[in-house]
Amino acid sequence: MTAIVLENLSKTFGKTLALQDISGQIAAGRLTGLVGPDGAGKTTLIRMMAGLLGPDEGSLRVAGLDPVTQGSALAESVGYMPQRFGLYEDLTVLENLRLYAELRGLARADYRHTLDRLLEFTRLGPFTDRLAGRLSGGMKQKLGLACSLVTTPDVLLLDEPGVGVDPVSRQDLWRMVQALTGEGMAVIWATAYLEEAEQCEDVLLLNEGQLRFAGRPKELTSRLEGRCFSLCGSSDKRALLAQVLTAPGVRDGTIEGDRIRVVMDAGCPAPDIESVNAVIPVSPRFEDAFIDLLGGGPGGQSPLADQMPEVASMGDVVSCQNLTRRFGDFVAADSVIFRVRSGEILGLLGPNGAGKSTTFKMLCGLLKPSSGEAIVAGKDLSRFATDAKLRLGYMAQKFSLYGLLSVRQNLAFYAGVYGLRGREKKERIRQMVDGLQLDSLLDSAPDQLSLGFKQRLALACALMHRPPILFLDEPTSGVDPITRREFWTHINGLVAKGVTVLVTTHFMDEAEYCDRVALMHRGRIIALDSPDRLKARAGQGASMEQAFIHLIEAEPDE
Amino acid sequence: MNASRLLAQILKELLSLLRDPRARAILVLPPLLQLMIFSFAATLEVRNATIAVFNEDSGQPAETFVSAVTHAGFVGRVIPVFDQQHQDDVIERGEALLALHIPEEFSRLRLAGEAAPVQVILDGQQANTAQVALSYLQAIAMAQADAEEPIVLRHAFNPNLTYQWYVVPSLSGILSMFIALVVTALSIARERELGTFDQLLVSPTTPAEIILAKCLPAVLVGFVMGSIMISAALLLFRVPFTGSLLWLAGALGLFMVSVVGIGLMISAVSKTQQQAILGAFAIGVPMVLMSGFATPVENMPLILQWVSQAIPLTHFLVIVQGSFLKAIPESVVLSHLWPMAVTALVTLMGATLVVQRRLS
Repeated sequence: MTAIVLENLSKTFGKTLALQDISGQIAAGRLTGLVGPDGAGKTTLIRMMAGLLGPDEGSLRVAGLDPVTQGSALAESVGYMPQRFGLYEDLTVLENLRLYAELRGLARADYRHTLDRLLEFTRLGPFTDRLAGRLSGGMKQKLGLACSLVTTPDVLLLDEPGVGVDPVSRQDLWRMVQALTGEGMAVIWATAYLEEAEQCEDVLLLNEGQLRFAGRPKELTSRLEGRCFSLCGSSDKRALLAQVLTAPGVRDGTIEGDRIRVVMDAGCPAPDIESVNAVIPVSPRFEDAFIDLLGGGPGGQSPLADQMPEVASMGDVVSCQNLTRRFGDFVAADSVIFRVRSGEILGLLGPNGAGKSTTFKMLCGLLKPSSGEAIVAGKDLSRFATDAKLRLGYMAQKFSLYGLLSVRQNLAFYAGVYGLRGREKKERIRQMVDGLQLDSLLDSAPDQLSLGFKQRLALACALMHRPPILFLDEPTSGVDPITRREFWTHINGLVAKGVTVLVTTHFMDEAEYCDRVALMHRGRIIALDSPDRLKARAGQGASMEQAFIHLIEAEPDE
Repeated sequence: MNASRLLAQILKELLSLLRDPRARAILVLPPLLQLMIFSFAATLEVRNATIAVFNEDSGQPAETFVSAVTHAGFVGRVIPVFDQQHQDDVIERGEALLALHIPEEFSRLRLAGEAAPVQVILDGQQANTAQVALSYLQAIAMAQADAEEPIVLRHAFNPNLTYQWYVVPSLSGILSMFIALVVTALSIARERELGTFDQLLVSPTTPAEIILAKCLPAVLVGFVMGSIMISAALLLFRVPFTGSLLWLAGALGLFMVSVVGIGLMISAVSKTQQQAILGAFAIGVPMVLMSGFATPVENMPLILQWVSQAIPLTHFLVIVQGSFLKAIPESVVLSHLWPMAVTALVTLMGATLVVQRRLS
């Protein structure tokens, strides 16, 4: 049975084309993924299905209704969970549920029964008295889901329910959604995580407002059968990746632990590179197919890193000794100990609230430790050592740029604030502009830039003073996989020059780029090892995500 | 202090204030508009008042008195009433500002040369206006009684009590204070919301540099706006200026620094721009009320009088009003400058400390 029919939908906002001629069908009783990077048009499409937005052209029918003309009838058969679900943070879990039950006009006699069912379904039963504002990201999403299920809709629209949710909670959400499709509901799950797409039964793949693929994910990945390989090399993995990406016939390449994953053009054999010891054929992933669909990944050269001078090796660049931070009773970081060697990439991974950002902020000198010590470049940054700060670059979450200043003015500001002046300042800005291809955008405002360009600009600002240590706080949140590859090409190039990198992330494939990964949970580091060895702990052939879940579930409960 | 770091930040602050044409308009136009509106609206003179007259006396003196009152300049409309009940109703319903009740024996007493009292009922909800109207009535009654004027009034510095002479110079202080307060209150909070504040804190720049860089452009904007408004008072409203422009400019500069210090304190402790704006108004409005603009500082309880001495606006108002009307001597200006300097010093150091505490 078909739950949703889309016919030639188009929508523009001002000059931006949000959706372009989208046609397709979504089946009832199945989980359909609406997949694409940020700005692809997922939210626009979902809001149209929910009847919150009319199309400029084309038409659609949701559960047999026209959302534009039959809005009120639609409200009864469609459940919609926006990206930031409208939970009332000052109400408890139960009060939120009751409120939505009332708004939805649930019969009073059914309250008990319905709420009990939902609480059991979401396993939120033990937390009914907790304020919604104090729930974790995962629990908030579950409560949001419960609120949109107070009446049983035919169609359930979920806009990026996986954002800000750790892998353990995400598993829970999947389980719940699968139970719903089993009852015949059509569930639409929008996501920017390509690995989530693989778990959907059907997929609508959007990119820049265009529908690039509709069908089963397997159909898409099967096109790449026999074109994906894992390469084992004897040389440095980053150097090998750069080499692989320049080899003929290579469509895409990424680092996966100690190996290189490579996707070849159709009909091309695996690259013949001297330092490669073993070539293992692997099964294609959804992300490979996505990149292939968009014409392949970027090259492996970083003109930015090429301009950077070599950084002399310094032994341990960062060291934390029993770093602890308390906020009242809450221990955000608990006796964190680790060292980062010069020229290494260390990743901090963990669920939301695990203490990644807290640890990071203490290392950068933005937060004073309650006890313990953080030494960066030989200095304790919390004691405000100006010269030590010159040795670190920091790229914040959400790319902190001055939106009221132009790109050029942003660059000039960061150059100035790091004490550059005169010819040196001009020269350095020019290098950044050339190295990151920013020249056509110099006079635009950062707010008008795409996420990818914002990220480049933020990187340029963080590198203006050529720091030997680089702190990256979730540097690729929300950007598409191609931009993410470009970003990592620059980072790999910098590391090859001897720069040390600390990165927090919740992208599992990003963890693969790290030399070592510190897994944080409830303020403590529960594992610190190379990505390959962490995966091995979860068993043969385990993915990073499986390793993550395995290690966290092995921890004793609170 | 490092010159290039400081320069970069000052430039950044100026650009964020002035680069966007719409932001520029929002910064400049409303205060000027407010100056115009408030200058005409904020007046305590009573005009076009509606009064009720309940005259129970048909004698000549009573008629003369009523006629004098009803033709007085401040009276717009007269409601004649003929019984007590009606008189009470008119006041009750707020139709008249005051009711004048002339009793039967008024003319008899007057002709007999005795004191002839009349009753005046005032609408106490409009306390100020009613008081002013009462004083007008008293003056009329005094003239009617053929009494020799007991007191000859002459208002020094502002002989005709032209309201704008008082209001416009004061507004230049109040409005420029709000501009500087809001601009600075938003500045750190905005960066905190954007995340650029962390970016600043990891750079080698020092808290003192951050505060100084945020200070200068805001002082500049406040100073320019204040100067425009003072010029408007001089050229547009033609308020006589008797003091020294140089001293006034200096006082305006120091006043702005002290206000910016308060704004930065608010900004440094606010987490969001919303908190900062609310904070700016929570502080700004009481500062105006306690500055002596609307009510004399001397009328306040002693503790509040001390507090008002810590408010820069209190001192600036004395200086600006004095400079316009009173040829204020330099020594008096100086005695009002140093309290502003103290406030500036305390708040600026406070803001620097708050930023510093985030670092260490």
